[in-house]
Amino acid sequence: MYDVIIVGGGVTGSAIARELSKYSAKIALIEREVDLCEGTSKANSAIVHAGFDAKPGSLKAKMNVEGNRMMDDLARDLEFPFKRNGSLVVCTKDQDASLLENLKKQGEENGVPDLQILDRDELIKMEPNLADDVVKALYAPTGAIVCPFHLTYALAENAAENGVEFFLDTEVKEIKKDGDTYKVVTDKETYEAKAVVNAAGVYADDLNNMVSNKKIEIIARRGQYMLLDKTAGGHVSHTIFQLPSKMGKGVLVTPTVHGNLLVGPTAEDIDNKEGVNTTGAGLGSLAPTSSLSVKDVPYRQVITSFAGLRAHDTEGDFIIGEAEDAPNFFNAAGIESPGLSSAPAIGVYVAKMVSEKLSLSEKSDFKATRKGILNPADLSIEERNKLIKENPAYGQIICRCESISEGEILDAIHRPLGAKTLDGVKRRTRAGMGRCQAGFCSPRVMEILERELSLSMFDVRKSGDDSKIVFGYNKKIS
Amino acid sequence: MQSYDLVIIGGGPAGLAAAVSARDNGIESILIIERDHELGGILNQCIHNGFGLHTFKEELTGPEYAQRFIDQVKERNIEYKLNTMVMDISDKKVVTAMNRTDGMFEIQAKAVILAMGCRERSRGALNIPGYRPAGIFSAGTAQRLVNIEGYMPGKKVVILGSGDIGLIMARRMTLEGAEVKVVAELMPYSGGLKRNIVQCLDDFGIPLKLSHTVVDIEGKERVEGITIAEVGPDMKPIPGTEEHYECDTLLLSCGLLPENELSKTAGVSLSPITSGPVVNDSLETSVEGIFACGNVLHVHDLVDFVSEEAKNAGINAAKYIKEGKKVAEKEIKINPTGGVRYTVPVSIRPKEMDDSVTVRFRVGQVFKNSYVAMYYGDTQVLKRKKQIMAPGEMEQVIIKKEELNNYPDISEITVKIEAE
Repeated sequence: MYDVIIVGGGVTGSAIARELSKYSAKIALIEREVDLCEGTSKANSAIVHAGFDAKPGSLKAKMNVEGNRMMDDLARDLEFPFKRNGSLVVCTKDQDASLLENLKKQGEENGVPDLQILDRDELIKMEPNLADDVVKALYAPTGAIVCPFHLTYALAENAAENGVEFFLDTEVKEIKKDGDTYKVVTDKETYEAKAVVNAAGVYADDLNNMVSNKKIEIIARRGQYMLLDKTAGGHVSHTIFQLPSKMGKGVLVTPTVHGNLLVGPTAEDIDNKEGVNTTGAGLGSLAPTSSLSVKDVPYRQVITSFAGLRAHDTEGDFIIGEAEDAPNFFNAAGIESPGLSSAPAIGVYVAKMVSEKLSLSEKSDFKATRKGILNPADLSIEERNKLIKENPAYGQIICRCESISEGEILDAIHRPLGAKTLDGVKRRTRAGMGRCQAGFCSPRVMEILERELSLSMFDVRKSGDDSKIVFGYNKKIS
Repeated sequence: MQSYDLVIIGGGPAGLAAAVSARDNGIESILIIERDHELGGILNQCIHNGFGLHTFKEELTGPEYAQRFIDQVKERNIEYKLNTMVMDISDKKVVTAMNRTDGMFEIQAKAVILAMGCRERSRGALNIPGYRPAGIFSAGTAQRLVNIEGYMPGKKVVILGSGDIGLIMARRMTLEGAEVKVVAELMPYSGGLKRNIVQCLDDFGIPLKLSHTVVDIEGKERVEGITIAEVGPDMKPIPGTEEHYECDTLLLSCGLLPENELSKTAGVSLSPITSGPVVNDSLETSVEGIFACGNVLHVHDLVDFVSEEAKNAGINAAKYIKEGKKVAEKEIKINPTGGVRYTVPVSIRPKEMDDSVTVRFRVGQVFKNSYVAMYYGDTQVLKRKKQIMAPGEMEQVIIKKEELNNYPDISEITVKIEAE
């Protein structure tokens, strides 16, 4: 019997798990994929919003501003890449500049600090590649960029270290109320818990609707992105948003925390909650739309494109809290943008509700820090040579595009909740995330996974169970 | 800091031939740095034959061809380091490299030869829409899995791009038991050598669909199907021409890109057309004492030409090490025009040049019954008929020093394709 079962191993579920692990309680997190961070958390804009977008008083506004405020300490304690690069919402000469004033006022009401409206003269000094038509912008110095994978892994690893049990590759099929407890039926086993937290992303409506008559509906809103080579990463240094116009909500152009350039997303409501495919029309729309705010984006340097699904609630705000008619069933649903920014605050908010309801007491031995994956590129030559002497695997480069050593890959595999797949290694270390897109390193990473996890080469996978990479020996496939 | 007269970055066919020729031209202190665990580069996975017809007048496999040069390197006791990655080259020719045993170390070189080769264009760079499942490989990655590791990456295969590796892999996958359903090529002509189309596709009944591209990839975890469509003259898919193929694998052979990230760290100027360094007739880059050869300079069709080019790089690097930099009296630009996309080299030093310099180039489209023409200034000095020229086949002209010096006042050499 668990005190709490969290369903969903994205950034929201992981943040809740970490906050709940501060309490003396038996906690489990169930995730249907073989790794964490496989849904919405892995395919988004990778930014921490300042918090001026959401309506004052909404959960989105509160969680966003609080989550943003928490990020510096969290990044330091849990060692994930985070950078306050500041954001600009740009207004072109054909747009209504009073909308910027409204946004500023809204942001101030939400508690966003230091918002300023800047004129073109100042803007062009900050961002020389802004489109010629840009006349004004709302500058938010607290806007930031983050690695969404490492944020999620950091929270989850820290939760695991503090006692949360993780069941990966386990899909929840049914949740039943049984007296005072919930039975969580999965494709593997049935688990029992006093309380359930629903952090199931685009499937959060299914889970809620299993136990509550207050039905919710989550729509998958697809966003398509293009990622550009690091040589294009300096094209802008701030995150550049567009004011909504008759062309739509617009797209952002932003550096990533690893130095690439990211453009997107589109916004399309789709019927298929697994529909993470890109489309010719969607990708094709990014260049003309981005040119409204940023000129000369070097699209020849695109290295990959991807699509993610935002869990859009039809009511428009986050749904966080205990279901009215299902005691001890807590939702963290409809967590679309600014979900990544809000995750740390949602974790605190949900953990408080759950712990109060279950009368949990705080532990004295909570370990608040987590060691990140060592990045030798941050070391001096002397330090690096000391490291290689101690562990020669750090001297062997596996991914040439991103200069990732075997040592980092071994660290990614052998840490708590470590990588088991090519994608798992890629998201933890960046091996395969560079300009050749794993062309050279994937056979070598496959060998490492085979050796370290004692797998057959035929069981090395890209991500899920059906994503095998090789089928058999030569002449022996049938 | 250690020092060598010559550091060669890359132990593939270009690096090996450059090392041999530099040694034969009197350079004792040479180090080859190779990132893989053996010398030979990509040739080690090219187990088909057809290599060496020009160099050795016989038909060798890739590993056999590589071995000839590896033997020459070993006979000469030229030093090399394996499993060693070069991390940086400075404009002062300090090479920073790293491996398991030496850690990170710096070497001061008098001259550097860039011979890092190229990489394949990835699915992401091609902007192919669809899902991102397992089963999408660049042709070279599949070639490594099959030919080096012995694993089959697919059973039912669609290939996009008719580059030579894709054509070779169509045959290879078929011989190993897979079914190759179709090769789609965006352009109205093939990107590979004619002989490979005949021997790798036609002989196995594999259809080649020109002016076609992939418009969708299905399958969330593993490829389940591929949709291709015909493209119009604007290279955009024509609605209504979609054809669906049930398959588990998509191989991509859509072009090779010289891998010049290290060259950039040294400040070497790159050509926007070849993506390789801009070099003069000595194969010296814009940075003094840094030379380039092989596929890092421009993508070749035949390794024989890589070896020949690398030999020249070795000779010129040796000359530079022994004699130091001599400022050229004059440098004549070669102007590629009229269907010629680029030339390597881009300029000739009429006083300092070798007795003859081979200028290699590619055309930008298919030309039938046309002429390769060369002009010294305004004077036509060459008009050679070619029945067919295509972007997939490298062409060349030869500039003779003796002849060129009859035109002391020209400022430009023109290479172009003419209809009549």
